Amino acid sequence: MTVWETVIGLEVHVQLATRSKLFCGCSSAFGDEPNRNICPVCLGLPGALPVPNSAAVRLGARAALALGCTVHPVSVFARKNYFYPDLPKGYQISQFDRPLATGGEVRCVSPDRGVVTIGVTRLHLEEDAGKLLHDRIPGHTAIDLNRAGVPLAEIVSEPDLRSPAEARAYLTILKQVLTYAGVSDCSMEKGSLRVDANISLRRPGDPRLGTRTELKNMNSFASVERALEIERNRQGAVLDEGGRVEQVTLLFNPDSGTVRTMRSKEESHDYRYFPDPDLPPVVVSIDWIEATRAELPELPETKQARLASSYGLSAYDTGVLAAERTVADYFESVVAAGADPKAAANWVMGESMPGYHDAGQFVVSADRLAALIDLIKDGTVSHQAAKRVFGELGAGPEAPRAVAERLGVRQVRDDGQLRIWVEQVITDQPTEVERYRAGELKLLGFLVGQVMKKSRGKADPNAVSELLLTTIEGS
Amino acid sequence: MSFRAEALAVAERLERSSSLNAVLAWSRPALEAEAARVEAIAPTGPLAGMPVAIKDNIVTTELPTTCASRMLEGYRSPFAATVIERLRAAGGLVACKTNLDEFAMGSSTEHSAFGRVRHPLDPDRVPGGSSGGSAALVAAGVVAAALGSETGGSVRQPAAFCGVVGVKPSYGRVSRFGLVAFGSSLDCVSVFGRTVSDAARVLGAIAGHDPRDATSRAAPPMAAPASQADLRGVTFGLPTEYFPADLDAGVRAGIGRAVARVRDLGATVRVVTLPHTRFAVPTYYVLAPAEAAANLARFDGVRYGVRRGDGLDLRLMYRATRGQGFGPEVQRRILVGTYVLSAGYYDAYYGRAQAARARITADFATVFGSGVDALLTPTTPTPAFRAGDKTADPVQMYLADIFVSAVSLAGLPAMSLPAGRSEGLPIGLQIIAPSFDESRMLSIAATLEPHLDPAAEVR
Repeated sequence: MTVWETVIGLEVHVQLATRSKLFCGCSSAFGDEPNRNICPVCLGLPGALPVPNSAAVRLGARAALALGCTVHPVSVFARKNYFYPDLPKGYQISQFDRPLATGGEVRCVSPDRGVVTIGVTRLHLEEDAGKLLHDRIPGHTAIDLNRAGVPLAEIVSEPDLRSPAEARAYLTILKQVLTYAGVSDCSMEKGSLRVDANISLRRPGDPRLGTRTELKNMNSFASVERALEIERNRQGAVLDEGGRVEQVTLLFNPDSGTVRTMRSKEESHDYRYFPDPDLPPVVVSIDWIEATRAELPELPETKQARLASSYGLSAYDTGVLAAERTVADYFESVVAAGADPKAAANWVMGESMPGYHDAGQFVVSADRLAALIDLIKDGTVSHQAAKRVFGELGAGPEAPRAVAERLGVRQVRDDGQLRIWVEQVITDQPTEVERYRAGELKLLGFLVGQVMKKSRGKADPNAVSELLLTTIEGS
Repeated sequence: MSFRAEALAVAERLERSSSLNAVLAWSRPALEAEAARVEAIAPTGPLAGMPVAIKDNIVTTELPTTCASRMLEGYRSPFAATVIERLRAAGGLVACKTNLDEFAMGSSTEHSAFGRVRHPLDPDRVPGGSSGGSAALVAAGVVAAALGSETGGSVRQPAAFCGVVGVKPSYGRVSRFGLVAFGSSLDCVSVFGRTVSDAARVLGAIAGHDPRDATSRAAPPMAAPASQADLRGVTFGLPTEYFPADLDAGVRAGIGRAVARVRDLGATVRVVTLPHTRFAVPTYYVLAPAEAAANLARFDGVRYGVRRGDGLDLRLMYRATRGQGFGPEVQRRILVGTYVLSAGYYDAYYGRAQAARARITADFATVFGSGVDALLTPTTPTPAFRAGDKTADPVQMYLADIFVSAVSLAGLPAMSLPAGRSEGLPIGLQIIAPSFDESRMLSIAATLEPHLDPAAEVR
């Protein structure tokens, strides 16, 4: 059996986060009642004309620059002609031979090959189509045109990916970069990020590409990986038997985990692209491009490196913190408010992030988290108690110190009270105290634990262990 | 006259002219309502109360817009074209919707799904096209002015045939928003008038940048045409390519007479050459159908207009709707347009046509750069032809546009001015001007107008 080399290229559509559509003023909001956000332009009524939304061009350029692409001073909208009921004009306005941007790259960590650089062939702007609803009216198909005309950036990768897992890693980084750049919310659930995957197999070392198939309809990064695995195995089996792979478009069924043929090469469209005469070329100046570049925030790769060098954090920590811009920003605010970076990293990753992912925001302000971390540092509360305090903090105005008071979890460092508990433990545990004196030093931990228990967690463990030592050794 | 009186008077004339079949939609109540509405918003505009006929490929909300096609029979637009809004803001009244070649594809108004338009001077002849209904109404004195549209001469050619003034502005001078698209890179809303002044007033009212049309230009506004005592200091070019050996004798005589008058008025006349002129018609008949094939794809029976084959498989529904909704000339152009854009043919047809268009445009720029202020040519190679003469041979029909298509490809302003008659049929003199030089062109036309004696025989 031959070991085949897998070659994958991805076409990713992301919805640009504009308020209005690409060629009209209709809202591009997701989830509205069907056909609420429509007008003569996005309905393709006779006589209506498209006018480009400059915010979409700006976001497209920002996405392109974030991916290291060259943004072209002149790009051209073209008509992509095909008939389908969700396409009101009978053509989609897209870009063809003169896209907005070309030639970028994405670096990601391949599970098999370490850090790999994946080429971005091009990024172009286009309008979305509507959506057919097969379940609204019995026996009929309805059309929701809310999505028709919503701005998309199509990002095409080079066929540089060598495994389904690598494809997933690429998508993860791509999404990170695009969300960082603020160009899209990249949500596969809401349809604001969609992936089509091209896959072919070849003998290792063969410079030619094998016949590819295209996979559509994956609803998560995991299902992209899974669909590619299934299709890789299917193509491998065909080739192993000496067969030939047919150039087809396949539809993935995420429920059953199977693929079925959507159309063959013979059925593929001739889109008859030509420049859209309704739209003058998109012309942007070099100054505009540079100003757009200057607007870009620090991107994940740079941020990760800076978090490592500025705060001495591990690669794991910086990877987790830098994965989302909001998380990294929050972490840095906590540090800026005076918290120790390593402690801040642990708190953000361990306590703040789960809540953030549930609520979509950080409930505890960075200042208050920093104040809480400070309470541990100065011994006011134990680490365990601090977690209880964190749980009670909420979004309210109450200071962490006040919450600790209210919960009665302030550490007791008062010598008199600690001495009472220590004496009690020494009296209660004569055997263990004797064994400790006889040289079983590890029993100190046990004795500290007993004191902590007696104090119901309020005693300062450092003070307790010091006091135990002096008491046992001095008596 | 009050707005209402104007409306009632035009209603009388519309009734009396019904044998022309120039009108697809009008009604007396609609006219009265229009007069009341417009008088309320623009009681003293430059067009105050002037009834204007509207080609039925310009959308209006009160009257249906059919493009003379079964496909849009009864279709009513939810919005009005920018030119309609501007016309009303200037006090103009929408008088009626006029007949045309289906989707503006034709040169005789015989390709209307609702019957051909008759020439006002001879019912057996065509008024030209595709804006034949608008031209016929102005020629018959029903309205003083009308809106038409040009993709490749569809106003100038019928203006010449009917003996009225027809003005095509520069591409981008007038908003296309609300003009049902045929060839988007060529389409221009254009005007007919009984006189240069009427046409210029209407054009002035509808011109100007429109944020709803990305191809409209923020050009300086047009000045009203100023008629001069003479044409001293003006240099005209006569392009040799527009005076072929087989030019109709009457047309030759008419244009010859007009050129003599121009000289009498003190102008300089030079022979010039536009060497790529012969490519204009073939170039036009590649580019316009290519754009049309895409523009007409929206008529699919899904959202509006007619639907045939309801309940059939999607492909069959498309086939039935488009096969039955579009007439033969429209289908022919969609097929041509689809063909020239197809994989493997794009470079040979569409690509070469774009290159030819650039050469044609450059020819004009060269001539205008050499000290020529305007060009004078015949508008058409013959006077109005008989109905049925050219319907059997599409190429013969296309050649009726031989002197008007180059200007459309170059996006230039041009107009046809009545220049006399040959055997009772009008002859049109075409004036072609540099891009966005409409004011000068119209001033020249206004100066020349009283000297052309349009009702007189030229031989």
